[in-house]
Amino acid sequence: MAEPEGLLDIDNLSVSFRTPRGDLQALRNVSLKMGKGEIVGVIGESGCGKSTLINSIIGLLPANTCALSGHIRFAGEDIVGMADRDLRRLRGERITTIFQDPMTALNPVLSIGTQMTAIQYRRNSSPREKQRRTVEFLEKVRMPDAEKRLGQYPHQFSGGMRQRICIAMALLTEPDLLIADEPTTALDATLEVQVIRLLRELQRDIGCSVLFISHHLGAVAELCERVAIMYAGEVVEQGSVRDIFRDPRHPYTRKLLECDPGRILELRAVMPTIGGDLPDLVHIPKGCIFRERCPDRFERCSERPPVETIRAGHRAACHKARELANP
Amino acid sequence: MKPLLTVNDVTIRFPAANRLAARLSGQPRFIEAVAGVSFALEAGKTYALVGESGSGKTTLARAIVGLVPTHGGQIEFNGERISGLSENRLRRVRREIAMIFQDPLGSLSPRLKVRSTLAEPFTVHGETAGIERKIIALLEDVGLPAHFAERYPHQLSGGQARRVAVARALALRPKLVIADEPTAGLDVSIQGEVLNLLRDLQAKFGTTFLMISHNLNVVRHVADRMAVMYLGRIVEEGNTAAIFAAPRHRYTRALLSANLKPDPDHSAPLIEVEGETPSLLKRPSGCEFHPRCIFSLAVCKQQAPKEQIDAGHRFSCHNPG
Repeated sequence: MAEPEGLLDIDNLSVSFRTPRGDLQALRNVSLKMGKGEIVGVIGESGCGKSTLINSIIGLLPANTCALSGHIRFAGEDIVGMADRDLRRLRGERITTIFQDPMTALNPVLSIGTQMTAIQYRRNSSPREKQRRTVEFLEKVRMPDAEKRLGQYPHQFSGGMRQRICIAMALLTEPDLLIADEPTTALDATLEVQVIRLLRELQRDIGCSVLFISHHLGAVAELCERVAIMYAGEVVEQGSVRDIFRDPRHPYTRKLLECDPGRILELRAVMPTIGGDLPDLVHIPKGCIFRERCPDRFERCSERPPVETIRAGHRAACHKARELANP
Repeated sequence: MKPLLTVNDVTIRFPAANRLAARLSGQPRFIEAVAGVSFALEAGKTYALVGESGSGKTTLARAIVGLVPTHGGQIEFNGERISGLSENRLRRVRREIAMIFQDPLGSLSPRLKVRSTLAEPFTVHGETAGIERKIIALLEDVGLPAHFAERYPHQLSGGQARRVAVARALALRPKLVIADEPTAGLDVSIQGEVLNLLRDLQAKFGTTFLMISHNLNVVRHVADRMAVMYLGRIVEEGNTAAIFAAPRHRYTRALLSANLKPDPDHSAPLIEVEGETPSLLKRPSGCEFHPRCIFSLAVCKQQAPKEQIDAGHRFSCHNPG
């Protein structure tokens, strides 16, 4: 699958944090490209570096970050090493974020209308115009009686409505890139479906790119065009959703898909699992990062695997990537 | 076979948050979190309560262990009525019914070592003889090495904390274990481990499980029977396989179709549910699902549907699928 015109180009990004035990290498040589208007999913379990990836893009790495290398080019400009002043120009304007928990993302002591008007401080328009725009975006996320509800506070809305408010706020600036960090994890299934549909419609409407972080394979399959699979700080495989779900080549991707009960059609007494634990990211093991837990490991896995290109846009970091084809 | 647990027409009420405002606005002064629920649980099997936030499934579970009082109906355990028992008499019953709480880390005291957490059930019920040996055996049952007894909750991973919570629930070899969302928040690779553990323990000790879950993919694999709850009522109940094969209630259908398939080529038509769950203070008329149901008929608005039974499969819908 061809990659469209670039918007975000993460190139060989590595991030380490200083800890009492030594330097924790949270991200290692991560490369990921996103095109304009593309919806890309990032899948990974706890500790895979999803949050570090987001924080690197929005320039909010914690104070104990001790090593940062590689490039994050956003519309041609490198975010790595960018001055705070310039970053602020991007963040919250051209790159916006929706977080997992809509309650903590909203200010509990300000009404929705106040928050949504305040966030437009960069716009040179009258307060009345800002309010009109607030209502317009609340209507876009299908908030009933949007105008009447401007004076209400976050606790007066249900969880699903709060997440809609967060989406409306994130889209108010018509960003180029929307980062959605597990936006449906805290929602019930029927609401999750509603929010995913809404995101897709709004994305078409506004034309922004969406980086959708999730551990829910079903949600990614429903929304995204391309997907990257992360494990222990590395992107182990990436490609079109179709290629990854139909013909996964990295053993971790294969195991992850195998473990999802939604993909197990016949009833099973024993559920599949991935044995073992995440490797220690302070003392990175030699060779392939997944080796210890990999069902397909062999001698060569003690060497770091190359990133094999399976087909256009589909890459997997595994010595056996070419052999592990689905029948 | 006589069921181990029978829940018969149980109602659980809570006072509305603002009673004065409720009175002034003519709203009810109570909300019925559980409104006339009946089901029976066969010994040695797994029964799942399914539903979205606010459906009353956790409240019902808490009532079974006696953590919230019931206001109508009866709960019978092992042929004995346990709803409305005094605290003293409940304690004896609680030996037999254990609960695994939703948030495993939150349900473990941060100041207690795993050893003390696991010792507590024995101490409470006066079984202190050989307690050290019992604790080690429990850890072994849930697949944790003995040195985990010395750890504090913050030194445990999510999966390990869940195992400790399972060990605590199993300490007194209860007949019934209520597991509230036992896999929520776990990575899929670990989800399987916890489910396998519960299944092994069921095989080993014949434990009966009442599982509360919103994860239909999990329920399909582990539950023998299930009930779907909406606004504090059971709208559909039956054999898990039968419900997944042919759901009758429109809400169950919507719930199943909202269960996104991890398959990009899967294109089952999504059944849209409109809006969100209504407030318990303003229960809709007729069938309480009608404002969100795209299949609702005129009668749905006016009349609550009667429960129909079809080969052990119960449902309440005017326009079933």
